[in-house]
Amino acid sequence: MNSKEITTQISEAADSLNLKKWDYGASFSNDYSVQVDKGEAKQLKASQKQILTIRVWNKSNLVGITTTSDISQSGIKKALNQANIASDFGNKNERTEFSPLAKDPIEVKDSKKRNPVGIKKLLTLLREAEVKLLESHESIKSVPYNGLSESFYERVYANSNGAFRSYSKSQAALYLYARAEEKNKKPRSSGSVKLGYGVDDIDIESCIKDASNKTISHLNYSSIKTDKYLICFSPESFLTIINAFSSMFNARSILDGVSLSNKNSIGEKLSTEALNIYDDGLHEKNISSSPFDGEGTPTKRLCLINKGRLENFIHSESTARIFKTIPTGHAGLGSKVSVSPDWIVVEKSGETSDLKTSLDHSIFEGEFVYIEELNAIHAGVRASQGSFSLPFDGWLYKNGKKISVESATVAGDIKYLLKNIVNIESSQEVTTSGISPHIWVDELSITGDA
Amino acid sequence: MLSSQIKSNEIVFGSCNKDLLEEIIFYGIGLGADFVEIFIENTDNSSVLAEEDFITSVSPSFGRGAGIRIFKEKKDGFVSTNDLTKHGLMRSVTQAIEMLDIVVNKKREVFDGLNKYRDYSLHKKKWINEVPSIHEISEKLLASTKSLKKNNKIITRKGSYSRNLQEVIIASSDGTYVSDIRLHQTVGLNVIASDAQYRSSGSRRFGSSGMPNEFRLWDHEKAANDVFESSMNMLYADYVDAGQMPVVLANKFGGVIFHEACGHLLETTQIERGTTPFDNKLNEKIAHESVTAIDEGISEGSFGSLSVDDEGMEPEKSVLIKDGILKKFISDRAGELRTGHKRTGSGRRQNYSFAAASRMRNTYIAKGEHSKEDLINSISDGLYCKSMGGGSVGATGQFNFAVEEGYLIKNGKLTNPVKGATLIGEAKEVMPKISMCGNDLELAPGFCGSISGSVNVTVGQPHIKVDSITVGGR
Repeated sequence: MNSKEITTQISEAADSLNLKKWDYGASFSNDYSVQVDKGEAKQLKASQKQILTIRVWNKSNLVGITTTSDISQSGIKKALNQANIASDFGNKNERTEFSPLAKDPIEVKDSKKRNPVGIKKLLTLLREAEVKLLESHESIKSVPYNGLSESFYERVYANSNGAFRSYSKSQAALYLYARAEEKNKKPRSSGSVKLGYGVDDIDIESCIKDASNKTISHLNYSSIKTDKYLICFSPESFLTIINAFSSMFNARSILDGVSLSNKNSIGEKLSTEALNIYDDGLHEKNISSSPFDGEGTPTKRLCLINKGRLENFIHSESTARIFKTIPTGHAGLGSKVSVSPDWIVVEKSGETSDLKTSLDHSIFEGEFVYIEELNAIHAGVRASQGSFSLPFDGWLYKNGKKISVESATVAGDIKYLLKNIVNIESSQEVTTSGISPHIWVDELSITGDA
Repeated sequence: MLSSQIKSNEIVFGSCNKDLLEEIIFYGIGLGADFVEIFIENTDNSSVLAEEDFITSVSPSFGRGAGIRIFKEKKDGFVSTNDLTKHGLMRSVTQAIEMLDIVVNKKREVFDGLNKYRDYSLHKKKWINEVPSIHEISEKLLASTKSLKKNNKIITRKGSYSRNLQEVIIASSDGTYVSDIRLHQTVGLNVIASDAQYRSSGSRRFGSSGMPNEFRLWDHEKAANDVFESSMNMLYADYVDAGQMPVVLANKFGGVIFHEACGHLLETTQIERGTTPFDNKLNEKIAHESVTAIDEGISEGSFGSLSVDDEGMEPEKSVLIKDGILKKFISDRAGELRTGHKRTGSGRRQNYSFAAASRMRNTYIAKGEHSKEDLINSISDGLYCKSMGGGSVGATGQFNFAVEEGYLIKNGKLTNPVKGATLIGEAKEVMPKISMCGNDLELAPGFCGSISGSVNVTVGQPHIKVDSITVGGR
């Protein structure tokens, strides 16, 4: 069944069940991936998936929902029935409605959808990449985690009010994670991930080079003294932190009491005036961009922090109604609708007078810790309390030398971190989760040796 | 052709699918596969969320799909699909064969039909009618969130319930033919407490497998008291000072340290990748002699228990470490093929869209002889980790765990609560430092995410003492 036929099927089945109001979201995907091990194919995967989520409104205007992978005629009817039953338990205190923007025009861009290259080409390319990475340095002994994949998917939203949206895309990903070993030293690992609209868009050579350079750069390591340090966050690690504490910008989290912000926080000063943060799902560099969210609301660029002050929250239909504003295109589709950011863009505002611009990671000669990548976010972040304690990969720069930090954590509080930003470098870098420059923060605790 | 009469052109749950499955497997073998495995599932899930004094979400879901795995020598091709028709399954086999670039030759593997049928689902078919209704679940969750409301410092109360019912059919070219029904129920309670600038949280999760009545028997008052007390104890806690120190890890979920720090490194997938320091250490001492560690899938009702694994093998009780000596690895079919370690009934996957991999089930450190007080009394300056949060292990064996509820130990006594602690180390270095094991082994349910998705597991241990570990803090 295609998406138009599904809409017709749902409409007819809903009529037969006397359900006048419904909406649905569906996704259809075909994915192909390969893994290799020392030149040999290890696992080759293909999957065909379809997921349908249907919401119905009963006579009391309470919402029920069901999700299924069975998109047959009988599956659709069963899903509507189950959603109808679930609607008896719908939330009376926070009623969900259709997004008022579900029929607004969406920004149509070239989806840059590519054709499949096929599993054999994936395998050939990954084999070659593994060989090149192994040959790049004598200490690199294996590439234990590797994969090359391509995905083709279509997403649909439609409702009984006549809204219908769909888009289809392709995406490819390459990851190479190398392991290096030297005599009498602990093994060290690092890697790189690259995304593209298709496999031919991925810069494989740069992925190999990044993975190799990163891994080799950690070969000379040392423990770090537990203390407070001047920190330089890489673009990737700063975006990791911002995403981990994105409940600060999230209206759903505020209503649920799990955010550090509250309804009246708009305008609150969180950081240096030099900091701007946007959520920009439609950014041209965002390969996973979606023109609409789970409720059919168009995706758009939204300023979250403007010159250090909280500017906007991200919303679903229901949170927007409660906050007396409009949905922002960040909703999922659920019984209780989730809200999440799309793609964070961090940049320097025009107000830079309080920045220490001499702090540039490529030339600064003083002592600082460079945090390349933060790990174990699920374990070390307490978003509702604002605290974090996270292992990281990085280097200590001292006396003009750089040495990899062995097994250490950085700990702190997100509000403290934002308030103690001492420099925002000028040059932004594109990562898989957004765009950011290097960010410098003073006086964060690092635990290494006692 | 093994069966001349194909009775159905689609997999039908509750019916005999033998002929169709045999035809598909024979088709794969005929095309040159060394081994063909078909995993088919039908799911019926439900989740309910209570927040404060209201039900805010009821989310049923159902679905079905198949995962087809073809082995040729040591490589494998895996295809998953929602199409359970004969045509769809045949197409998936063809796709897997093509991916592996298999060329038909005269020497074919022999397939003698699905002659080893085992039906583990017989007494389980009634479960779907025995699990609590949404109405029952809602009432009990609301009672539990009400029980969390013990003072005005509690600003957020949540109770969540999730039920997963999975019907599976597993058939493979070695004759394995298995049906099973799995039931998992889990319930979690969470609070956030706040007073002026102070904030704390508390959470507990409970879970069972194969016990439809278990949620009804769950003591929600006791659970709510536990969560409430934890949040109150931590509300005004200071941040812990970072450093190297001895720690006592509490029983139950304290076992996450072994799961993450050591258990993952004993999975054959880690040997395949060359990422475990314990490869080639069989029968060598890798831990303190006080440590005996077990992984099994047979404890009745435990969250990680199974009647049969996702490759059709009954789970065994595997003694991984005996008195500090490494005795066994956790292995699945691919692990046995690629590393030589015999399968242990540990081939597990989140659902049909993942190929099975060697995964832990109920994993715990066996009980020792000491009381909890013995352990604490032996420390003059250290940390007691009463409740652990999540953790992870890196590619070279380094691990970290968040301590959800911790107390300083001073001169053999528990003193002030402390927050913000993280335990950091490497398995190879920490295992020899587990010097004392208590006599109070208890298990706790959890979810483990890894190569084959998120699976239900149990972690566990008695109270244990680690002589020295890095504690991350402020």
